[in-house]
Amino acid sequence: MNLGQFILMRHELLLTIAAVFVLIAELAINEKAKSKIIPIALGVFALVTLIGFIPAEPGVLFGGSFQSSPLTSFMKNVLNLAVLIIFLQSEGWLKKPENLDKVSEYFILTIATLIGMNFMISSGDFLSFYVGLETATIPIAGLAAFDKLKSRSAEAGIKLILSSALSSGILLFGLSMIYGATGSIYFTDIAQNLSATPLVILGFIFFVAGMGFKISLVPFHFWTADVYEGAPITVTSYLSVVSKGAAAFTFSIILFRVFNAVFDQWQHLIYVLAVMTMTIANLFALRQDNIKRFLAFSSIAQAGFILLGILGAGELGMTAVVYFVLIYVFTNLGAFGVATSVYNASGIETISGYNGLYKTNPKLSLLMTLSLFSLAGIPPVAGFFGKFFLFTSAAGRGYYILVLIAVLNATISLYYYLRIVKAMFIDQNDQPVPLFRSSPMMRASLIICLAGIFLVGFVSGIFEYIRDLSHLFFN
Amino acid sequence: MTGFEYTVLIPLIPLVMFLLIGLLTVKWKPEVFGIMGTIGLGTSFLLSVVTAVNYFFIQGPGAGGFQCITPVKVTWLRLTESLHIDLGVLLDPISVMMLVVITTVSFMVHIYSMGYMKGEPGFQRFYAFLSLFTFSMLGLVLATNIFQMYIFWELVGVSSFLLIGFYYEKPSAVAAAKKAFIVTRFADLGFLIGILVLSFVTKTFDFDQLTSTTNTSIFTSGASLSFMGMSALSWAMLLIFMGGAGKSAMFPLHIWLPDAMEGPTPVSALIHAATMVVAGVYLVARMFPVFHFQAPDALEVVAWVGGFTSLFAAVIAMTQFDIKRVLAFSTLSQIGYMMLSLGVSGYGGEEGLGYMASMFHLFTHAMFKALLFLGAGSIIHAVHSNDMNDMGGLRKYMPVTHITFLIACLTISGVPPLSGFFSKDEILVAALEHNPILFGVEFLTAGLTAFYMFRLYFRIFWGTERHYHHTPHESPLVMTIPLMVLAFASVFSGFLPFSELVTSDKIGFETETHLMVAIPSVLIGVIGIVFAWFLYKKDSLVPKAITEKLGVLYKATYNKFYIDEIYLFMTKKVIFNYVSRPVAWFDRNVIDGFMVGIGRVTEKTSYRIKEMQSGQLQHYAFAFVAGTLVLVLSLLYFL
Repeated sequence: MNLGQFILMRHELLLTIAAVFVLIAELAINEKAKSKIIPIALGVFALVTLIGFIPAEPGVLFGGSFQSSPLTSFMKNVLNLAVLIIFLQSEGWLKKPENLDKVSEYFILTIATLIGMNFMISSGDFLSFYVGLETATIPIAGLAAFDKLKSRSAEAGIKLILSSALSSGILLFGLSMIYGATGSIYFTDIAQNLSATPLVILGFIFFVAGMGFKISLVPFHFWTADVYEGAPITVTSYLSVVSKGAAAFTFSIILFRVFNAVFDQWQHLIYVLAVMTMTIANLFALRQDNIKRFLAFSSIAQAGFILLGILGAGELGMTAVVYFVLIYVFTNLGAFGVATSVYNASGIETISGYNGLYKTNPKLSLLMTLSLFSLAGIPPVAGFFGKFFLFTSAAGRGYYILVLIAVLNATISLYYYLRIVKAMFIDQNDQPVPLFRSSPMMRASLIICLAGIFLVGFVSGIFEYIRDLSHLFFN
Repeated sequence: MTGFEYTVLIPLIPLVMFLLIGLLTVKWKPEVFGIMGTIGLGTSFLLSVVTAVNYFFIQGPGAGGFQCITPVKVTWLRLTESLHIDLGVLLDPISVMMLVVITTVSFMVHIYSMGYMKGEPGFQRFYAFLSLFTFSMLGLVLATNIFQMYIFWELVGVSSFLLIGFYYEKPSAVAAAKKAFIVTRFADLGFLIGILVLSFVTKTFDFDQLTSTTNTSIFTSGASLSFMGMSALSWAMLLIFMGGAGKSAMFPLHIWLPDAMEGPTPVSALIHAATMVVAGVYLVARMFPVFHFQAPDALEVVAWVGGFTSLFAAVIAMTQFDIKRVLAFSTLSQIGYMMLSLGVSGYGGEEGLGYMASMFHLFTHAMFKALLFLGAGSIIHAVHSNDMNDMGGLRKYMPVTHITFLIACLTISGVPPLSGFFSKDEILVAALEHNPILFGVEFLTAGLTAFYMFRLYFRIFWGTERHYHHTPHESPLVMTIPLMVLAFASVFSGFLPFSELVTSDKIGFETETHLMVAIPSVLIGVIGIVFAWFLYKKDSLVPKAITEKLGVLYKATYNKFYIDEIYLFMTKKVIFNYVSRPVAWFDRNVIDGFMVGIGRVTEKTSYRIKEMQSGQLQHYAFAFVAGTLVLVLSLLYFL
């Protein structure tokens, strides 16, 4: 066997090495100096992220079970980048005394889930896909329950693991039906033998339900709010950005590659899910006061928008989805970064607690505002371009009414995004969050997000680059 | 590689300066920001000069004249394969010339403002806005396509708004800023529609393709399209000219410019004399081949609008007392000259005399008008008033300002061998060849120009002294040096061999002074000056007597022919009452009602379904499974 082939798996291998490295570092480091693991893990992870950007030719491994192309590598790089930002943001929280003895666990668990996600993206058959999915899910339950002495965190963990067990069960059930109908678990074989029989449709819907759980589409989304609220805030941002992004990537790859034959059926399904997800999530987001819960519903609504890109199908749809997720990484992590800093400094998690934040912390408030504008899709920030291309890709397929619904929903979302802006800038507060200075790592992460929010939209080369990648992917 | 890649830095440096000066929250001394901005612009200025020398003299014209170079170009938004919005840098004779004009004046204004704006609150903000404006203006002239131009066109509008309204605590400044913005924005609407029509017909935004004289196939598809008896292309060009007329303050869209004098005086020099207001002229020049070959009727409109504005503004300028307003109307009048000159021009060789003359006049005018404004600023700085009734006999106190101002007045009056003489002479020749009436208008305007400029000059520097609060003093060096530099440019820029550098088809040609035009035009200038001398050298009652004789006519002129009032009547009385009110009613009752209704329903639904999120895991699981089953059933049975 030619070992050179393993360059195709560089992301997964490197991440595994990184996880093992952190594990060993944990053993080697003195009990009293556990916080030293943070810079070590960060450094290693930054290196891994950097190496991931080295380009490689497309190819397959293990008889087609593992597929790699520049597009999948790009997706993995996006996820790596997101995790790097999250790691930067989690420093302050990890340094709290109650977390100091579990620092390495945090890194190992996170990297482990990331490995699972990478395998999901690169999977070439349903078995490797499923293994990847579970690897990506189970450690997250551990992460959600990370503050294990807090009952809410423990509750989040248990809720996540139970709902995920249910969804995995349904998903597996669906996959077995598809296997029964086509006699194969390989994507290429299934794609060739698939026809719209009731069995296939049943299996397909079960599959969508399982994925819908990961991306948190309505009505498979109920776990989201409780878990997001209960989990530690960096875990929440991980769930809402990386976990969701990876699932969206995988979902679109499998829909386009495997279920292309039943496009007529799945377009209706995705259509309905998109409408429900956007609308219901928006309705819930309207009346949240907890910032994490609020961002949870906002992220569900964003997932609804992603479905519009998926409906665009093919090259353009794929480009729009990847581009949107890339922007979403910077945007949502910008918002979460500010929320994390505020929480670390004051313990405040409610929107009313943000009243008057501009007076005391103008820079953070501005960044938060920009992030929220980007989430709402207001030009000239990147979020506008992301939504713009999602909408064009759906409109390109003739879904004008859906685009109209999406635009209406974007308008509703503007209301609740602006509510936070109003709280920060206009609402009076006798005891606003006092002025504080975030740690250097946090500030670095916020600067990265800020740059991303502006640059990704304006530098058109990025969109063109992704388009070239997905062109390569489909041909 | 064209060797001109560095030109992209010329606009980028001011942009970086804007971001730095605008966003740095450190508490440095304000002067530091001024110096930062000035150094940034100085660099841009040097680069522009290097570019111009390289382009015009080192590289020189090729066999087919000067080349059109696009050293930098990126596709920003791809709409269709052929129609895409690019951002880039386009170098050709007019854009290189504009680079020099803009950076020279802007650099001078940057230096000058260090003295003029000293101690003002908002000094840092002022420099940030200046940099933003310069960036936008440079982006505008370097645009490779009409859409990029439009983007920067709007940015110019915004930065002009910010600068006019710089003293935002003054209601009149706020009103002026709003007025300028709304009027130009209204004109830009025409511009945008024009762009859309043009790109619809030609399927391209690129100047390169639009102005190509060899490949005119892109226009053929639009030739058959017409609307209300005029071809679509003529409409497009007229609408585009409307945008240009708005920025260049051509009649009847000129009303914002006099009010814009509320901004700080250096801003008036930069924006409302030398750069932004000539953007419209530049636009017409940029699109000139399209105007000439595809829409000659639109070009005729350009000529007449320009001619009328120049006379109209010159007449008003004679009656104004606010020295900056006199200069503002004078600017209108001079830009009218440029527009007219473009309008009467032909294409290629000597035929294109008007084009070349217009660009020439743009160049010289930028120098002497900036000089006049900065001189006026120096005077205002000394006597703390804009009103010429508060001035008189200042020549003793302000020698440098006096001499440079005199030079500028002589230049604008067309006294040889100062630069204004050459450029105005070419315009008159071009007008005479095209249409004697337009020539007559311009000829008369030349006399009026000399008269009102010297009225201004004599009333400020001669006549009896007023009671000044404190003895007026000459401005500091940092303000007088830019005056001297610009005076130098005003005197000598007439000797530039413009006809060999900037021409309609980029091929140089020889010009000579046409004595048959030059002698009368100098004479009428001198007559104007002599009149002013008699009336205003010493305080006398004659002017007052004349104005009383003229009665209504004078009053109408003094009130700028009531154009503002007509606008106010049209908007406040007619449009507000008969259009806006019904629309507002409809908006408030029907549309708002509908929207509020949606809001209420959303709010209520949101409240009702709150219960769904119970926190109970078994409920969630139920919803999950039930949802899946509903989807299965509906997909299996309804499809």
